[in-house]
Amino acid sequence: MLDKTGIARRIAKEVKDGYYVNLGIGIPTLVANYVRNDIEVEFQSENGVLGMGPFPFEGEEDADVINAGKQTITTLPGASFFDSAMSFSMIRGQHVDLTILGAMEVAENGDIANWKIPGRMVKGMGGAMDLVASAENIIVAMMHTNKAGKSKLLKQCSLPLTGVACVKKIVTNLAVIEITNKGFKLLERAPGISIEDIKNATEGTLIVEGDIPEMII
Amino acid sequence: MINKKVASVQEALEGVSNNMTFMLGGFGLSGIPENAILELVKRKVSGLTCISNNAGVDDFGLGLLLQQKQIKKMVSSYVGENDEFERQMLSGELEVELIPQGTLAERCRAAQAGFPAIYTPAGYGTEVANGKETREFDGKMYVLEYAFKADFAFVKAWKGDEAGNLIFKGTARNFNPNMCGAAKITVAEVEELVPLGTLDPNQIHIPGIFVQRIFQGEVYEKRIEQRTVRQKD
Repeated sequence: MLDKTGIARRIAKEVKDGYYVNLGIGIPTLVANYVRNDIEVEFQSENGVLGMGPFPFEGEEDADVINAGKQTITTLPGASFFDSAMSFSMIRGQHVDLTILGAMEVAENGDIANWKIPGRMVKGMGGAMDLVASAENIIVAMMHTNKAGKSKLLKQCSLPLTGVACVKKIVTNLAVIEITNKGFKLLERAPGISIEDIKNATEGTLIVEGDIPEMII
Repeated sequence: MINKKVASVQEALEGVSNNMTFMLGGFGLSGIPENAILELVKRKVSGLTCISNNAGVDDFGLGLLLQQKQIKKMVSSYVGENDEFERQMLSGELEVELIPQGTLAERCRAAQAGFPAIYTPAGYGTEVANGKETREFDGKMYVLEYAFKADFAFVKAWKGDEAGNLIFKGTARNFNPNMCGAAKITVAEVEELVPLGTLDPNQIHIPGIFVQRIFQGEVYEKRIEQRTVRQKD
């Protein structure tokens, strides 16, 4: 089974040379740490920066340079700043190649729910709805089950949706799964995890065809 | 040159009254119109509708207006990190309309650019699209979203001149340029009001035509919400 870092490491392998990538808050943010350093990738943050670098050294923080999580950041050579409308032109206009975000639930048709739990304080969707409505390549990073042990990979989402039929791939602590017209297609198993373990943790239709290799992290 | 300079924040906010709709720039606490907000707090105008991506924190930014119960309705994309906001929202004192961040930006830009409405894919198939007109273009579904209508836009820039030209810095730019000219009156506050002719016309982010009033803010706290650093090796 993978931990959050393991999920981030596995997703980092999906990041290809020349990609512009938007990372959501949480596990997705960790992905930046594990991207191969022999490829060129630029990270976009929807509050208005392309070419994000690591966190600043102490004493070098700038209140005018933050990421979408409101954390202080730095920029790399070649970076640019822009306004919010232009930022979402990059996203809505499908100029960003890969979007990686977290989720509370994903349905077997690619629906995603990640912004609202009825009865609890709702903080808002931020840029998530724009991202999932437009991105051609969306990978969800999440745990396979919730804290109560219930599957987060469902036939249908029970929570209010963020977007419909948009998720392409899911990387969890147990598996790598592709969304197909027929349901969740199992691509890889996490180290030490059996197909049976994954079946038990998946409420939606799980398609298992041929040998399922163990992930290489 | 058409002079947009006003002497003070007091003059800049002339005409502000109860029950108005304001746009306020900023993302989190970055690039918020700090001086205009403090003046609104002093004036105690109430019944306000505020269009702003976030709602500040308890003791800074729009949180200060919330403390005095000056805001009737917030139109935002994300409103975390604010206890008083949560209390007022859950008790029903505060009306909240949550909309996708890109839609928020584009509804500002539409108002600025003279478009009555725009079609966006964001929110289609979700509760955000409830009751809204939808339409298919090339096999994909879109939601009709209307341009905002606001009385004042309060924006914050890094540098500006008397002609109202603005230059922003870093990610403090965010919604500020999109709100310029999107309300009946745009009030720009700047960290530095520079002499006319100092700003390179090639580098202007927002031309003065979109700004009615400009002033240099007295103080900028520029608070950092999530100070995150790495250690030197």
